[in-house]
Amino acid sequence: MSLESAATLAAPVSRPNALPKMTGENVGVFYGAKQALFDVNLKIEQFNVTSLIGPSGCGKSTFLRSLNRMNDTIDGCRVTGKINLDEDDIYDPSIDVVELRARVGMVFQKPNPFPKSIYENVAYGPKIHGIARNKADLDEIVHSSLRRAGLWNEVKDRLQEPGTGLSGGQQQRLCIARAIATKPEVLLMDEPCSALDPIATAVIEELIDELRENFTIVIVTHSMQQAARVSQKTAFFHLGKLIEEGKTEDIFTNPKNKQTQDYITGRIG
Amino acid sequence: MSAGWVVAIVLAIGALAYFFAAQRARVQRDGTDRSKEVAHSLPTYHGWLAFIFATVPALLVFLVVSSISAGLLDSRIRSEVTAHIADPAAASLSIGIVRNASNALTQLDLSGANVPTSYAALRDMATSAGISLAESGEDYMVPLAAGVNADAGVHKLIGQGLTLLLALAGAALAYSRIRLRLRARNQVERVVLWSLLAASTVAVLTTVGIILSMLGETIHFFSDVNPLTFFFGTVWDPRFAAAGSSGSEGQFGLIPLLMGTLYIALVSMLFAVPVGLMAAVYMGEYASNRVRSTVKPLLELLAGIPTIVYGIFAVVTLGPFFRDLSAALAGGFSFIQAQSVFTAGIVMGVMLIPVVSSLSDDVITAVPRAMRDGSLALGATRSETIRKVILPAALPGIVGALLLTASRAIGETMIVVLAAGVAARINFNPFEAMTTITVKIVNQLTGDLEFNSPQTLVAFALGLTLFTLTLGMNVYALYIVRKYREQYE
Repeated sequence: MSLESAATLAAPVSRPNALPKMTGENVGVFYGAKQALFDVNLKIEQFNVTSLIGPSGCGKSTFLRSLNRMNDTIDGCRVTGKINLDEDDIYDPSIDVVELRARVGMVFQKPNPFPKSIYENVAYGPKIHGIARNKADLDEIVHSSLRRAGLWNEVKDRLQEPGTGLSGGQQQRLCIARAIATKPEVLLMDEPCSALDPIATAVIEELIDELRENFTIVIVTHSMQQAARVSQKTAFFHLGKLIEEGKTEDIFTNPKNKQTQDYITGRIG
Repeated sequence: MSAGWVVAIVLAIGALAYFFAAQRARVQRDGTDRSKEVAHSLPTYHGWLAFIFATVPALLVFLVVSSISAGLLDSRIRSEVTAHIADPAAASLSIGIVRNASNALTQLDLSGANVPTSYAALRDMATSAGISLAESGEDYMVPLAAGVNADAGVHKLIGQGLTLLLALAGAALAYSRIRLRLRARNQVERVVLWSLLAASTVAVLTTVGIILSMLGETIHFFSDVNPLTFFFGTVWDPRFAAAGSSGSEGQFGLIPLLMGTLYIALVSMLFAVPVGLMAAVYMGEYASNRVRSTVKPLLELLAGIPTIVYGIFAVVTLGPFFRDLSAALAGGFSFIQAQSVFTAGIVMGVMLIPVVSSLSDDVITAVPRAMRDGSLALGATRSETIRKVILPAALPGIVGALLLTASRAIGETMIVVLAAGVAARINFNPFEAMTTITVKIVNQLTGDLEFNSPQTLVAFALGLTLFTLTLGMNVYALYIVRKYREQYE
């Protein structure tokens, strides 16, 4: 199947009047003296999946990590410009980064379950944020998160077993369950399928489409088929700059920029 | 010719063998058409092989002959002395005198007809040459000493001749074996492998040797003292007897020493573990690179201070300070003694801080970054991440580190010798003096002693007990660390 037909056939239609959930204005990121991201302006639409594509080192992961300020954990990293979540500037000194990360959850490239039981993995976020009022409440959150992550049927009988004992694809869905258990508004995914086999990848892609009902999702991916299948909006990054963004079907069928066209047809990257 | 000369000559033969063998290999290689036949090894490998052939067997034989000779001479002295003296204790004294006499003869360069006939005459000659000999020697010892020297000369000649012959033979053999296709490289590699193996065996064999020597003396001790009264006795009162006399029975109860050891170790761990762990968490999780790169080496500098210095610090500074402080707090009566479990424990704790922090820091930084990111991305604070994710993940390693630290605390000697006191008693007040196994080993072995009374032999039993204790803890620590290592990855 060619890229174009993948985009037109499989990509779900974007919501007609989607509101911007997050907006980046002139976002720049520096690692020490080196600038990794230049003047990015991007709107992330609510309840849509936005995919960030581009060759390695193009700054797409850097941009993703600046959306929940995970860049703060890197020594010497500095962010300029402005990023808003709804009305709030997330780099404003009055914003508590802990609260921000509870609203903007993240799933990483490599599944990273904690060395705890499956139950404790999912209950971790709700516990530290005091979301559950009592044990029954917590149970309900854990169970529903696992259900929404499509993992419930596989683990319901072994919730007390270590999360590290699951298969790679199951671990990644556990991490998704863990992220949605804190009831975030936005879910960031940094190449969530790159460590998984095609079958586990298909399961996660399906899951992403279901999660769109309740969450705004931003996904970084190296697979253009994946971007075409799961996202409604696509942004193409190259050498730290945002080259082109728009509706996924437009980007893949009718790119305006030469570089974008070269990339999606496999000539660069 | 002294042993040093023999070794030097063997090495010189080896060097020449290296040179000529390499040269021969080079000539063979250059004289062959490369397209028809290729040399297997570089000329230097042929050289090294010749060096090994020349030196290794020769030096091994030299070592073996020398040790056989020493054994033969020893047994000759022993058999002739025991023919004169029956009592084993006196005989061992006389054996020493004969050895000294034969040394004196060598140094005075006396042999054959020059040897004086009476011990007194020999002693006078030795004294005038600045060599002191015991007074109680007898005349039969002089010809014996001279005879031993003559034997030694013969042995030496045989050994040295054999060694040099072997070196030359080895060099010649290696030289004659050189062929284009000889696998000299593989043979040299094999020798390298064996010598590496031998080096690593040294540590293991030493451990075995330590255990065996202690075990022998310990069994000796337990033939005098009932093991039950040793392991379960609650009174430590060894009663040193005057040298030579016997009959005064001591009591060798291990319990007060063991309790003192464990109590002081406990106090030191109570101090060192929280401080060290917090330092490790700060180093691993909070400190910026700049702070870390200065503070960490400084902290580890503490581990390089000799423990006797800590002991001096305890006894000169900290002990009196605590004593005066407690006097001020209690209004005149100092409830902390200058030498006490408390003082020793605190100082030992300071010594252990770098051990705890360095080991735990390694364990904490080994927790993958993905764990931290995962927790932070869920909106956990740094300290929540540390408490709920990193420390639990690192816990097995930390427990292992703490066990290793505890065995250090139990085996520590110089701090407690100075700071804990020598009073062997069962006591629960940390502000009073107690003593440890290591202190008593030092006590029992200080001075000019013969290892034949329970008073000195008990030191070996104590040492073996201590060794077993710390070995057990180390093995358990390694077991824990290994068992839980696969937690991540």
